[in-house]
Amino acid sequence: MTDFIRSLGRRFLNSIQRLGRGNLFLMQILRGLPSMVLRPRLVVQQIYAVGVMSLTIIIVSAAFTGMVLGLQLFNTLQGFGAEQSIGSVTALTLVRELGPVLTAIFFAGLAGTSLTAEIGLMKATEQLSGMEMMAVDPVHRVVAPRFAAAWVSVPLLALIFSAVAILGGYFVSVGLLGLDTSVYWGQMQAYVDWGDDVVNGIIKSIVFGFVCAWIAVYEGFDATPTSEGVSRATIRTVVHSSLSVLALDFIMTSLMFGD
Amino acid sequence: MYSKVTELWVGIFVAAAVAALFMLAMQVSNLSLAGSDEGYTVTARFDDVAGLNVRAPVRLAGVRIGRITSIEVDSTRFQAVVKMHIQSPYDNLPEDTTAAILTEGLLGAKYIGLDPGGSLENLGEGSEIIITQSSISLEKLIGQLFVNLTGGSD
Repeated sequence: MTDFIRSLGRRFLNSIQRLGRGNLFLMQILRGLPSMVLRPRLVVQQIYAVGVMSLTIIIVSAAFTGMVLGLQLFNTLQGFGAEQSIGSVTALTLVRELGPVLTAIFFAGLAGTSLTAEIGLMKATEQLSGMEMMAVDPVHRVVAPRFAAAWVSVPLLALIFSAVAILGGYFVSVGLLGLDTSVYWGQMQAYVDWGDDVVNGIIKSIVFGFVCAWIAVYEGFDATPTSEGVSRATIRTVVHSSLSVLALDFIMTSLMFGD
Repeated sequence: MYSKVTELWVGIFVAAAVAALFMLAMQVSNLSLAGSDEGYTVTARFDDVAGLNVRAPVRLAGVRIGRITSIEVDSTRFQAVVKMHIQSPYDNLPEDTTAAILTEGLLGAKYIGLDPGGSLENLGEGSEIIITQSSISLEKLIGQLFVNLTGGSD
C-alpha cells in the first residue's frame, strides 16, 4: 500500500519536474531565437526538412478532406433543400477548425516525430555533448533552428490545407454533383468573415505550431539516450502534441467563437 | 546538404502559402466584398429588433449596400437604436427613406431593407431614418390571428 502511494507521489513529482524542465528549456530556446536572424540558412534548411517534406501529405489529405466534406454535406443538406449553403459550411469548418487542427496533428505525427528522433539520436550518440566540448551551445545550434522552422511551417501548412480542401469541396460539389459555381463561392463569401474566421484560424495554427514545435524538440532533448528512450520519446511527442492541440483548440474555440 | 534546390523548394512552399492566404482573403472570405471602408453611418430606431444581428446586411432593392455596425437600447425611449454603415457609392439616398426589418425567405436570416422616398435632401453621416418598421414576430402574428378569429365569432 505504502509502495503504491509512494509510486504515485514519485510519478507526480516526476511530471512536475518534467514540466519545469520543459519551461526552462523553452526559455533557453527563445533566447536562442534572435541569433537565428544571423544564421537564416540553418532555419531554411530545417523548413525544407519539416515543412516542404510535409507538403505532399498535407495537400493530399486536404484534397480528400474537402472532397469528403463536400460529398457528405451535399447528401445531408439536400434533405433540407439547403444544398446551397454547402460552400459556407465547408469553408467555415475548414478555416476555423479542420485546417489548423488536422494540420497540427499531421505535422506532429510526421515532422514532430522526426525532430524528436533526430535530436534524441544526436543525444544518444553524444553529438550534443561533442558540441558542448567545442563550446558550441547545442540549444542554439541544433534546437533553436528546428523549433523556429517548425513554428513557421505549421501556419503555412494550415493555410495551404484550408485552401486545397476548399478546392476539393468545390471539385466534388460543383464538378461532380452539379451545384452552381456562383452559389458555392457566393455563399462562402457571404458567411465567411476575414477577421473573425480566417484570422482566428491563423492565430490558432500559430499557437498549435508553437506547441507542436516545443513538445517535439523538448522530448528529443529530454530523451533517455538509448534506442528505447528515443522510441519512447517519439511516442510521447505524438501523444502529447495531439492531446494538447485538441485541448487548446477547444479552449481557443470557446474564447474566439463563444459569444 | 544545403543547396540551391533547398532554397528553391522553401521558396515554393512559402509562395504556395501566400497564394493560399490570398485565396482565403479574396475568394473565400468577404474581404473583397467589404470594399473600401468609406461611406457613412446612419441610425434608425425600432420597437423590436428580435433576430437582427450585428454585421447583418443592409439591402436596397435586394442588393447589399452596407452592414449593421451596432445595436443598442435607448434607455429613455425603450427602443432599439440600430447603427448601420452604408458604402460611399450609395450616398444619394433620399432623406425620407424608410427602413424595415425583413427576413430572407420564411425562416432565413434577418436584414434591413431600405425603401427610398421622394425627398430632394439626401441622408448623410449621422442622420436618422425616421420611418421604420420593426421585425415581424411570427408568434405575435399568430396570437393576433387567434384573437381576431375568436373576436369575429361573437
